[in-house]
Amino acid sequence: MDAPIPFRPLPSRAPPRAATGPFAALRRHLFGTPGNAVTTLLLAALLWAALPPALGWLVGHAVWRADYAACRALEHTAACWGFVAEKWRLILFGRYPYLEQWRPLAATAIVVAALVVTAIPAFWRRELVWLWGAALAAFFVLMSGGIPGLAGVDTGLWGGLPLTVLLTLIGMGASIPIGILLALARRSDLPLLRAMATLYIELVRGVPLITVLFTASFVFPLLLPQGFHLDVLTRVALGIVLFQAAYMAEVVRGGLQALPKGQAEAAAALGLSWWRTQRQVILPQALTLVIPSFVNSLLSTFMDTSLVTVVSMYDLTGALRLALGDAQWRNFFLEGYLFVALIYFACCFAMSRYSHWLEHRLGRWTRR
Amino acid sequence: MPDTEPIIRLAGVNKWFGPFHVLKDIDLDVARGERIVIAGPSGSGKSTLIRCINRLEEHQEGTIVVDGVTLTDDVKAVEKIRREVGMVFQQFNLFPHLTVLENLMLAPHWVLGLPHADAEERALQQLARVHIGEQAHKYPGQLSGGQQQRVAIARAMCMRPRIMLFDEPTSALDPEMVKEVLDVMIELAEGGMTMLVVTHEMGFAKSVADRVVFMDQGQVVEQAPPGEFFANARHERSRAFLSKILG
Ligand SMILES: Nc1ncnc2c1ncn2[C@@H]1O[C@H](COP(=O)(O)OP(=O)(O)OP(=O)(O)O)[C@@H](O)[C@H]1O
Ligand SMILES: [Mg+2]
Repeated sequence: MDAPIPFRPLPSRAPPRAATGPFAALRRHLFGTPGNAVTTLLLAALLWAALPPALGWLVGHAVWRADYAACRALEHTAACWGFVAEKWRLILFGRYPYLEQWRPLAATAIVVAALVVTAIPAFWRRELVWLWGAALAAFFVLMSGGIPGLAGVDTGLWGGLPLTVLLTLIGMGASIPIGILLALARRSDLPLLRAMATLYIELVRGVPLITVLFTASFVFPLLLPQGFHLDVLTRVALGIVLFQAAYMAEVVRGGLQALPKGQAEAAAALGLSWWRTQRQVILPQALTLVIPSFVNSLLSTFMDTSLVTVVSMYDLTGALRLALGDAQWRNFFLEGYLFVALIYFACCFAMSRYSHWLEHRLGRWTRR
Repeated sequence: MPDTEPIIRLAGVNKWFGPFHVLKDIDLDVARGERIVIAGPSGSGKSTLIRCINRLEEHQEGTIVVDGVTLTDDVKAVEKIRREVGMVFQQFNLFPHLTVLENLMLAPHWVLGLPHADAEERALQQLARVHIGEQAHKYPGQLSGGQQQRVAIARAMCMRPRIMLFDEPTSALDPEMVKEVLDVMIELAEGGMTMLVVTHEMGFAKSVADRVVFMDQGQVVEQAPPGEFFANARHERSRAFLSKILG
């Protein structure tokens, strides 16, 4: 037999130049085909026509001072940010006593700082529980006062951004664990537990949030035993949590269903108990899978909190409506809504980018 | 308990999936250190049989006694048995969100309560045994199929089981990786492990098994030492099966 021919691997080469680099990709995407080229040119023309006037209205010719006469003279040919300059504290803090508004500012700053810390993986330790305990305690003490040096402020007066942030935080923070338990119950082997979880989820999902809020605000107090009092904020927060939990449960269930049966079987075969299996094997995978849906819910909770205005609580949008109650400035509602929209957008955009990053980081194991 | 007692005893075991009678009157004794290969056509109930031994499936009639513990609904008894019985699956079923090392440390830590350092030492020891020590910090998705299955074997071995169940451990592997997994299994067998192996690898059966159990349609049709079974199967069904898979 002849000697076998030895294998000689060819050296690897870099890809050809024309196919790489940001410009090549751009050119291909923007002008690759006649259709693409026409679309690109049309959109460019549209931007060219629309952008300068829009910028002129928003920025260039706008009035920035709280100068009512100057604003009127504009006759809406440019934005009057004077309204926002005049009313921003009312919009941001609602009916909270004017002289005490440093308190909601500080309270919100503390909670946002805690959120930022929580977002950083280096801080993902058990101690975060303490951080949140302290942050929430500080929030409530600052907001409600009633201790020496801080005048008491009724929760009914809380409003604006702090209220929006608080309701979102409680809504998400409490509904995620409840939702996880509901989802596990709905997939349980125990028929009664399964039936009850299913019933709850389907019932709540069949009711609009606004109804839940009305119930929490007006009906719930009638059901409480005599002498037992829950203030309106607690009742509304409870309503949002119980509502949101049903949706969270379905989000989590989606993640649980996406996992192959072999995962739970392998854990069981190793002797892990049911709870351990869920905790160490199933939930970490399922929850990572549903981060995009979680963030979806987070964003909608954030914006749905504006519904609390129907029960006379003034979140960010509610506080804006309070500000628009001033007859003099009533005509500048567009500027007011743009301002509030900017705040919502900034928050949502930050959360959305963060979730993309988080998904990427936690999902490292899904990439080969 | 004298060592002559079987470590696994199935007596009159019957199981149904809904109306479908999947296991019929199974009697099977396995001695300590015995290596059993279970063979049979697809759908004959091989997987179901071994999954009943660690109660991934429940049987409805008959008794299963594993290492002195009778399988019942009692969760404690089931968890006790699962600690003694390791299982390797066709699809590996490694935990993809954990590194190889974490996969191995999970059960020793949470089930046996070993401290982190001890669990890690045990895990590295087992990884070395399956010749894969240098992959400890990778995720399962970064390994080849053969490496993943060896990790799965090491993961089961970290519990120091007395019995190992294998359900077609090489069926999902590319041909060039089958041998590396079989070699690890042979080493286990040489170490005296009690093994029940569902496989179509007849070479493995011939060289390693003490006994071949042939199943068809939920029954144990025939059991015999491999030499006897391959040279001289007594049942018509066994011969038909052998002629198909040996060609
Ligand atoms: N969970 C289940 N529900 C209903 N039927 C099932 C279930 N699991 C298995 N079966 C059926 O029981 C029979 C035996 O299945 P089993 O998986 O034990 O066969 P097997 O001998 O391992 O076959 P294979 O070689 O294909 O793995 C098959 O007909 C299968 O369709
Ligand atoms: Mg099978």
